[in-house]
Amino acid sequence: MVHFSLPTLVGKAFGKNKGWPQQWSKPEPKKNYDAIIIGGGGHGLSAAYYLAKEHGVSNVAVLEKGWLGGGNTGRNTTIIRSNYLCDESARLYDHALGLWEGLSQEINYNLMFSQRGVLMLAHTVHDVQVLKRHVHANRLNGVDNEWLSPDQAKAFCPPLNISPKARYPVLGAALQKRGGVARHDAVAWGYARAAAALGVDIIEQCEVTGIRRGADGRVAGVETTRGSIGAKKIAISAAAHSSILLAMAGIRAPIETFPLQALVSEPIEPAFPCVVLSNTVHAYISQSDKGELVIGSGTEQYLSYSQGGPLHSVEHTVAAICEMFPIFTRLRMLRNWGGAVDMTPDRSPIIAKTPVPGLYLNGGWGSGGFKATPGAGHLLAWTVAKDEPHAINAPFTLERFRSGRLIDEAAAAAVAH
Amino acid sequence: MLLIKCPYCQQERAEVEFSYAGEAHIERPSDPAALSDAEWEAYLFLRSNPRGTHFERWYHIHGCGRYFNAVRDTVTDNFVRTYPAGMPRPSVHDIDDAKT
Ligand SMILES: Cc1cc2nc3c(=O)[nH]c(=O)nc-3n(C[C@H](O)[C@H](O)[C@H](O)COP(=O)(O)OP(=O)(O)OC[C@H]3O[C@@H](n4cnc5c(N)ncnc54)[C@H](O)[C@@H]3O)c2cc1C
Ligand SMILES: [Zn+2]
Repeated sequence: MVHFSLPTLVGKAFGKNKGWPQQWSKPEPKKNYDAIIIGGGGHGLSAAYYLAKEHGVSNVAVLEKGWLGGGNTGRNTTIIRSNYLCDESARLYDHALGLWEGLSQEINYNLMFSQRGVLMLAHTVHDVQVLKRHVHANRLNGVDNEWLSPDQAKAFCPPLNISPKARYPVLGAALQKRGGVARHDAVAWGYARAAAALGVDIIEQCEVTGIRRGADGRVAGVETTRGSIGAKKIAISAAAHSSILLAMAGIRAPIETFPLQALVSEPIEPAFPCVVLSNTVHAYISQSDKGELVIGSGTEQYLSYSQGGPLHSVEHTVAAICEMFPIFTRLRMLRNWGGAVDMTPDRSPIIAKTPVPGLYLNGGWGSGGFKATPGAGHLLAWTVAKDEPHAINAPFTLERFRSGRLIDEAAAAAVAH
Repeated sequence: MLLIKCPYCQQERAEVEFSYAGEAHIERPSDPAALSDAEWEAYLFLRSNPRGTHFERWYHIHGCGRYFNAVRDTVTDNFVRTYPAGMPRPSVHDIDDAKT
């Protein structure tokens, strides 16, 4: 692996940028692995990296049915924050945010991680109460989050319309300064390169079609479109397809898959300094380094794997954006797309052992798992390596839907991305 | 936008007239007090979430105001058919007929 640095960059430039090596190799699947991770999104790749780096388990394969990051990793609006309400969630998402902070250096890959601040708007009395409650709960959990008046919000985000005459006037906002965005593809590629350098096999165009089990019930391997592969341990990290893979091991899941859409505008000069979310009008927006405004909608109402959605939801989102930011009303939109997100009833993820020995699940991240990419992988790796959860993911079990110990971020609202 | 045929109104109308109401044919327990935790979990939270044929409920909220069921493919989003609430789940055979 070539170490990326200023000298290598200059050196290769003199060589007309020829001779950059492949960032990760494309091996044929081996007969057997110590662990197989199903799903080559950011989560699966990060789990492979931490398995090799922190647990010395490098006889690992990541199996991806399409291409790396082609699922929700490459389709999301990249908002990163950790100001969740419940204690368990605050610990989980803040663990991830802590890992983001040193990650570009650690894996020697420019993730374009930018802590430009995430502003969550309150438009109603109820919003004000909910967001203030978040601010207080977050402070008790050591997570930064502060309350801003409309004027302070405007000073932080000048394009914001704070006129009291607006259809949804801004009554205040919660600001997490450590929140921000990162470059989604780079996250998948950076982890893939770092994991491959530690000996992990990254195998694309390899769809898992079955999970094999031994006479004792333990997992024994997987059937794939590239043949059968043995494994002592198997971790499912397949986002939209979590429940389909669990079904291959006879497990019914509390997960349903819904479309979620996003869109970008034509690129413009830097005009938008932070990330803004509004739950009430349901829209969120930031500006990419290419200059496009990146805008996300809410999930569609019906279950679907189509990775697309109706235009009326996009129109609704754009109307909300124009209302909050009148300076953007004449911008043209460049393209829109959809992903398929795996929703749990309490809108919290599952990172846990399953009832099948040797089978682990990281899923149910729904519309908000990009921000957790380093944390989800880190905790999944721990759970797989030690066959028991880390204290941070211990509450995020499959069994909580039976015991009733939900981690109810859905009722806690402010749940959008 | 989906086009959905309400089996009561007998009209194909735009999705915005309807609201989705989750998986169909999940029976409300007749004796809730007798349910085990596992049965509650199955009733409240476990869903089939198939890639393909899905049985689901819709509510014609901006129309007749009634609930009905539908068979829809969750990859193409095409409706195979809709039918009144209370009717039994169509068989695989019925679904294949409706597709052709
Ligand atoms: C439009 C949109 C906007 C979003 N915005 C945000 C946001 O702003 N902030 C945020 O935190 N989150 C956001 N999310 C959610 C976030 O994208 C996901 O939670 C996160 O990317 C999940 O990561 P992953 O690696 O698990 O998923 P994915 O990247 O989807 O990876 C799963 C992989 O598994 C593969 N797979 C599936 N089945 C199989 C099989 N049988 N065999 C082999 N491989 C298989 C898939 O091909 C896929 O590549 C958004 C999502 C969408 C769709
Ligand atoms: Zn009707």
